[in-house]
Amino acid sequence: MASIPKPDQLSRVDYGPPQTGWLETPVQFKPGYWSYGGKPHNLEVLGLPNPRDWSPADVDWKLPENWQEIILEGLRERLDKYRSLRLFMDICVRCGACADKCHYYIGSGDPKNMPVLRAELLRSVYRKDFTTAGKILGKFAGARKLDEEVLKEWFYYFFQCSECRRCSLFCPYGIDTAEITIIARELLNLVGCNIDWVVASVANCYRTGNHLGIQPHALVDMIEFYVDEIEDITGIRLEPTFNRKGAEILFIVPSGDIFADPGTYNLMGYMMLFHELGLDYTWSTYASEGGNFGLFTSHEMMKRLNAKLYAEAKRLGVKWMIGGECGHMWRVLHQYMDTMNGPADFMEEPVSPITGTRFDNAKSTKMVHICEFTADLIKHNKLKLDPSRNDHLKVTFHDSCNTSRGMGILDEPRYIIKNVCRHFHEMPENTIREQTFCCGSGSGLNADEVMELRMRGGLPRANAVQYVREKYGVNMLACICAIDRAVLPALMDYWVPGVEVAGVHELLGNALILKGEKERTTDLRGEPLPGAEEDGDV
Amino acid sequence: MRVEEFLFDYRETVFNRWFQGVFADYAPETSRFLREEKDLFANPVGHALYEGLEGLYRELLQEKASPHIHLYLQKILQVRAVQDFSPSQAVNFILRLKEVVREEMKKSGRQGDLTAESWQAFEEKVDSLVLLAFDVYTQYRERLYEIRVKELKNSIEVFRRRFDREMEKPRR
Repeated sequence: MASIPKPDQLSRVDYGPPQTGWLETPVQFKPGYWSYGGKPHNLEVLGLPNPRDWSPADVDWKLPENWQEIILEGLRERLDKYRSLRLFMDICVRCGACADKCHYYIGSGDPKNMPVLRAELLRSVYRKDFTTAGKILGKFAGARKLDEEVLKEWFYYFFQCSECRRCSLFCPYGIDTAEITIIARELLNLVGCNIDWVVASVANCYRTGNHLGIQPHALVDMIEFYVDEIEDITGIRLEPTFNRKGAEILFIVPSGDIFADPGTYNLMGYMMLFHELGLDYTWSTYASEGGNFGLFTSHEMMKRLNAKLYAEAKRLGVKWMIGGECGHMWRVLHQYMDTMNGPADFMEEPVSPITGTRFDNAKSTKMVHICEFTADLIKHNKLKLDPSRNDHLKVTFHDSCNTSRGMGILDEPRYIIKNVCRHFHEMPENTIREQTFCCGSGSGLNADEVMELRMRGGLPRANAVQYVREKYGVNMLACICAIDRAVLPALMDYWVPGVEVAGVHELLGNALILKGEKERTTDLRGEPLPGAEEDGDV
Repeated sequence: MRVEEFLFDYRETVFNRWFQGVFADYAPETSRFLREEKDLFANPVGHALYEGLEGLYRELLQEKASPHIHLYLQKILQVRAVQDFSPSQAVNFILRLKEVVREEMKKSGRQGDLTAESWQAFEEKVDSLVLLAFDVYTQYRERLYEIRVKELKNSIEVFRRRFDREMEKPRR
């Protein structure tokens, strides 16, 4: 009869050095760590190589015969094209300043989640095939051959980086590990290794204009549903327009705000604001996605999806654009759009029709962030606000990676919050603004199959929220990113139950006094306003 | 002598060995980081583990556990439940305390002063703690799955509300 293992054998974690060095230890694909592979029809829609049914948990990934050649050639091409990549490959001195700054490392303790080691996964192959030292000295120069185990390791770890760039803040050379992850994912895409959560969204956006694949008539129906909801709460019937040629402004939001709570309440806030201003804006049912999961796929895909924003602006003949509260949309806009799809010389430099403010920072892209637009309105006293309607909320603000580090929007959302809420508390300094901790689910890592990964990755952020909850009774986490709104509720449910999540314009919508509105008894979620629940029978 | 007296007199050595052992469950580089980074916000895992272990150790010094004992276990297991540990690996640190205490007693030469009843009572305390730890660990695994279900349900929530509205007040 087989003997039962001793408790010690069963349960001890052995962290002696592994039998093989880190460069040679294959990865184990455990549930909760990896996202499902891209489905073939999504790859076919996009013309991406090697569409087939596969799973990262399988031994055989059904790679093309010459996959090594494809990847190395792809790397060579990108080293020639992107000087930053070559620099990042050569310049790291392994000082370790980045090592303990990554939220995935802090939450997991897995050394390959240290940005320095994550980059080494690619760098070690680069050294073997692209540097003399690597070719001659091999392992001694930290070089290794690209084999299937290495490719699997790339997949495992580059889909455990949310491209948040926190590490780059601390690197004395400014190495941007997010860019390394972007390139590594591009290489993986060359042989058909992508995750379905990203590639399905890209395919949907390519076909129908938004990540969810919602068609124009369904989109119009949903927006009209929110018109109904707003009428219930305020007594006012809004009249949004769609695909209206000659409108002054094209308004584009992340589709998450149209189809997923709590983004939907944020959307109601946008609509109420624009109605109150009498703003001459239009929705588009074709460019119905501010987000761009192409950014998480390849430069070409990012360019392809982003192109529709300008194409639609041109078709409708608008003067300029306002973009909603989306995270990576603004990173794409701020860092790539002009070079990729600009110049947008068929539009005008944005000027607020309400205040006359010229948005010089948007001179070239012609697209203004809604928080800049709204903060400007408040600064010029153009809005009637009643912050007491948000008195039941003790608010803190999460700086989203892409809008803070990727774009520099730090103060406008805070300015709005402070004018619409009377209870606002910042989280500790080393967890906000440029040093903000990622939600743990960025860059397409927000499927439910990687919930453990998301909880680990989001721990540093949740820990800071817990601190302000205990100290000030914070019960609302505000943010200006649609992925954050989609994923922070789960993070809060696990680590800090009792804290809800909202966009900044939901809070604005609560406080906004509309001309001719009835007495508000509920907030945009239909919950009683402070004081309203004490009234007797209505 | 009762075990609790030994745990108190030798608290520095015993507790130190115990928590170092827990941090050694991680890779060497990580173990160093968890030990050395003092900032709560830069090192939430290290803090949670240390505070949880410290709390549990204080509880073990008492005759009877206080209601706070759950909180200390929660601090540790909420983190371990989403890290790379099997359930038994996640809670094993409690059993390891028996080993640490036995070895430190031997080293101190005070083994002989200990009564058999006291050691038995201590072992029972630790065993109960392990059982409690399984309950707490499972509570977090269940929470994780509830969150997954909730997220999936939420993905169609607005469509459900839209459908309900259409049933109540058809648009056309």
